[in-house]
Amino acid sequence: MSAWMAGHDWVDIASLFGHFLVLSLLAVGGAISTTPDMSRYLVHDHHWLSPEEFTASIAIAQAAPGPNLLFVAVLGWNVAGPIGALATMTGILIPSTALSLWATRWGQSRKETRGVRSFTAGMAPLTIGLLLATGWILAGPTGGHIGAMLLVAATVLVIVKTKLSPIWVVAAGAVAGALGLT
Amino acid sequence: MSQEAGSESARFEEPNTSPPGPRSLSDLFWTFNRLSLQGFGGVLAIAQRELVERKQWISREQFLELLSVSQVLPGPNVVNLSLMIGDRHFGLRGAFVALGGMLAIPLVIVLAVTVLYAQYASLSMVSGALRGMGAVAAGLVIATALKLATTLRSGAMGLPLSAVFCLLTFIAIALLRWPLVWVLLGLGPVAVAVAWRRIKP
Repeated sequence: MSAWMAGHDWVDIASLFGHFLVLSLLAVGGAISTTPDMSRYLVHDHHWLSPEEFTASIAIAQAAPGPNLLFVAVLGWNVAGPIGALATMTGILIPSTALSLWATRWGQSRKETRGVRSFTAGMAPLTIGLLLATGWILAGPTGGHIGAMLLVAATVLVIVKTKLSPIWVVAAGAVAGALGLT
Repeated sequence: MSQEAGSESARFEEPNTSPPGPRSLSDLFWTFNRLSLQGFGGVLAIAQRELVERKQWISREQFLELLSVSQVLPGPNVVNLSLMIGDRHFGLRGAFVALGGMLAIPLVIVLAVTVLYAQYASLSMVSGALRGMGAVAAGLVIATALKLATTLRSGAMGLPLSAVFCLLTFIAIALLRWPLVWVLLGLGPVAVAVAWRRIKP
C-alpha cells in the first residue's frame, strides 16, 4: 500500500486530508486564495515539498486544461502519490460542495424576495471588479514585457469582438511564447 | 456589443422564450467536460462562452448572478457554478454529474502532465509556451469581465454606482492586495444595502 502513498503512513494521509478539509471552508474566491497557508503547512511545517516543488505544482496545473483547483491534486500527488492526491482533492471538495449546494437551494427558493435580489444585484459589480483584478494579477508576470502585454491586449480584443473559440487564442499564445516573443 | 446586450435583455423580458437547459445527464456531463478541457489557465472564460453563448442554457444576467453567489461561497467558483447548474436541472444527481464532467478527465490529464513534467521542464521552449499561455489566460479573464459588465446597465444598481463598486473592488484586490475575505465583508454589505434601497419592496 505504501507504494501508493510515496512512503507516507496513514497518519500523514489523515493529517493531509484534515488540513485540506479545513482549508476548503476558508477558500472564499477559490482554492488559489489559500495557497499561502498550503505552502506554510506542506513546505515550512512538514517539509513534504521544497518551495520549488510547490511553485512548480501550481504552474503545472495552470498549464494543463481544467479548473485551477486541480493544483490541489498535483500537490497531493507530489507529497504522497495517488492516495495523497485523493486525500487533498476530497478534502478540499467535500465541505465547500455541501455548503454551496445548501446555499444555492436556500437562495433559489427565495429568488424573488427583496433580500436575495438585493444581494445578487449588489454583489454583481464586486464580481466584475474581482474578475478584472484577477486578470490584472495573472498578467503580473508579463511585467512590462511588450510582447506579452500585446498578447494580453490582443486576447481581450479577439474574445470581445469575435466568436473565435478561446482555445485557438491559447494555442496562439503557446506558439508565440515558444518562439520567444513573450 | 450593444446589439448583443439588447437582444439579451429582450429575451429576458419574455419568460416563455427562456434559454433551454441540458437535455439529459449525459448532455450535462459532456458539456462540462468539453468546457473544462478547453480551459487552459482557468475555466471561467470558456464557461461563459459555452454556457451562455453556445449552449444558451443561461443568460448573461443569470451567469453573473450565479458567479456572484459562487464568489462569496468557499470553494472554486467554476466548481460551485457547475454544482448550481446541475442541481437546478437534475437535482443532486445533476450537481454531481456536472462536477464529475468538470473534474474527472482533466484530473487524469493533469496528473499525467505532472509525471511527464520533470523531463521537459528545463527546455526553454516549454517554459516560453507556458508564459505565452499565461498572458492569454489573463486576457481571457479580462474579456469575460468586460462582457459580463454589459449586464450591469440593466441591473438594479445602475451604471454609475456599479462602476464605483467595481473600481473600488479592483483597487482593493489588484493594487492594494487586500485579502478577498475582507474586501467582500467590507464592500459587500454596503453594495447590498445600496441595492436594497433601490429595489422597491
